[in-house]
Amino acid sequence: MASSVRRPGPSMCWAAAGAAALLTLTACSSSGAGGGTTDSDSTAAAGVPSDGSDGLSGSVTVFAAASLKESFTTLGKEFEKDHPGTKVTFNFGGSDTLAASITGGAPADVFAAASTKTMAIVTDGRAAAGAPVTFVRNQLEIATLPGNPERISSLKDLTKSGLKVVLCDEAVPCGAAARKALAAAGLKLTPVSYEQDVKSALTKVELKEADAAVVYKTDVKAAGDKVAGVTFPESAEAVNDYPIALLKDAPNAAAAKAFIELVTSAEGRRVLTGAGFLQP
Amino acid sequence: MTRLEASSDGAANTLAGGPRRRGLIRPGGSRKPAAARPPAALLLPALIGLAFLLLPLIALLVRSPWRGLPELLTSAAVWQALRLSLVSATAATAVSLVLGVPLAWLLARTDFPGRGLVRALVTLPLVLPPVVGGVALLMALGRNGVVGRWLDAWFGITLPFTTAGVVVAEAFVAMPFLVISVEGTLRAADPRYEEAAATLGASRFTVFRRVTLPLIAPGIAAGAVLAWARALGEFGATITFAGNFPGRTQTMPLAVYLALQSDPEAAIALSLVLLVVSIAVLAGLRDRWMTTS
Repeated sequence: MASSVRRPGPSMCWAAAGAAALLTLTACSSSGAGGGTTDSDSTAAAGVPSDGSDGLSGSVTVFAAASLKESFTTLGKEFEKDHPGTKVTFNFGGSDTLAASITGGAPADVFAAASTKTMAIVTDGRAAAGAPVTFVRNQLEIATLPGNPERISSLKDLTKSGLKVVLCDEAVPCGAAARKALAAAGLKLTPVSYEQDVKSALTKVELKEADAAVVYKTDVKAAGDKVAGVTFPESAEAVNDYPIALLKDAPNAAAAKAFIELVTSAEGRRVLTGAGFLQP
Repeated sequence: MTRLEASSDGAANTLAGGPRRRGLIRPGGSRKPAAARPPAALLLPALIGLAFLLLPLIALLVRSPWRGLPELLTSAAVWQALRLSLVSATAATAVSLVLGVPLAWLLARTDFPGRGLVRALVTLPLVLPPVVGGVALLMALGRNGVVGRWLDAWFGITLPFTTAGVVVAEAFVAMPFLVISVEGTLRAADPRYEEAAATLGASRFTVFRRVTLPLIAPGIAAGAVLAWARALGEFGATITFAGNFPGRTQTMPLAVYLALQSDPEAAIALSLVLLVVSIAVLAGLRDRWMTTS
């Protein structure tokens, strides 16, 4: 299935040529050459200047960690504005789920994971074109009910009996990080639930079903006044690196590269740090 | 609406051995099925359809890590999830029986304004995406929900993140199957038996208990099995409403889903267990209900 969308066929290229776009033809041939070569690199670099006539078009599919939802949605809109004719489609979810669907053949152009471990699933499966780049880092924070009625001030407070705490499942980066932080603090915490991604963990607090959740700083920030954030020193022991990579079977490699360029550019950094992410 | 009713009615009848068939008048005496070869226009799609349904299951068997299977299946985590699944699906079926059979009776045997609308609403969870059902349950019975808030304040009961919450989520999704199945059987059952009992002086409840219930028993059983199977496979409403904690709310489908990300072999092994349980249910059904009556 993936092979059928891997490369635009000759007929697609001819159709694009019929539309009198020489640059598009270049894009077709460069992605047809397999991606990751210096030749296609230069094509992507040429596509970055945002003058609207860069030949980028079509849809870019980005699989991204749930915690990137707000900032990537913003960047996606900017990308579409800079490159008229493009459309960025996102699939936000647990990095492990996304990695599994990419290795399973889901048609995607870009993968941005919340940990190097989940990115490794994709690179080990030879589904990435080239080495992933770390573009941001993220730190854990405790999300509590607004006003912090349970007076939670440290990671240790979460172990109080009667407190309903949700964590991410350990297969998900935020769950792995939470486990690392708890181990660093020498604490044993029994949550009421292991959620399948960080947003579901946060939602349980937003809906007041749980008293607290260990999520990312960026999630607390994105939730606004629906939750209150409590920082804890042990989070320094469990900072996640966020890698981004172009996928080998990317149906729209040229535009995908341009999107990655945007994420790693100064503008991308501005949006991401504005959302609470740390510089790599 | 009528389509739903007809299909579940048909399902109930097939499972129950077709109580309606008795009254059927056959025109022209013996009507044997035609012995001629089926036309290719029907045979080909039929075979493709069959392959389509069977191929994934065969693939599951082919890809099963048979060598490591004993080790995977004897792990405490698997048994914990399987036991929780069986217990909660059975409890959800019991809840569905206690509440669903009277509801089906109400829909089939009484006449009240807006009955059609009530019937449509009852079947809504059938077509509603289960995750939506889970969100709705949170809004209703969550700690901060419309009703859940009072449950918490008055009785100290909170359903999310508990095994009871799993049962509630499963019953919500599974009960319509039972109601529809039982209602179909009730409509098919001859009301003259009930009328005769009533003329002999039996109260309406006695009639229900002594005449109606035995009459529709096969339909109830078929509906219960459908509901049980649906509850066993329930995923969306459960993970949304009850969360995911091993031994408490992590049922087999949740375990399969989460294992698939980290340990695909374990996921295949768990799926195999569910497949075996499903086949066992079908086999049990065949002996019990398909061959009787």
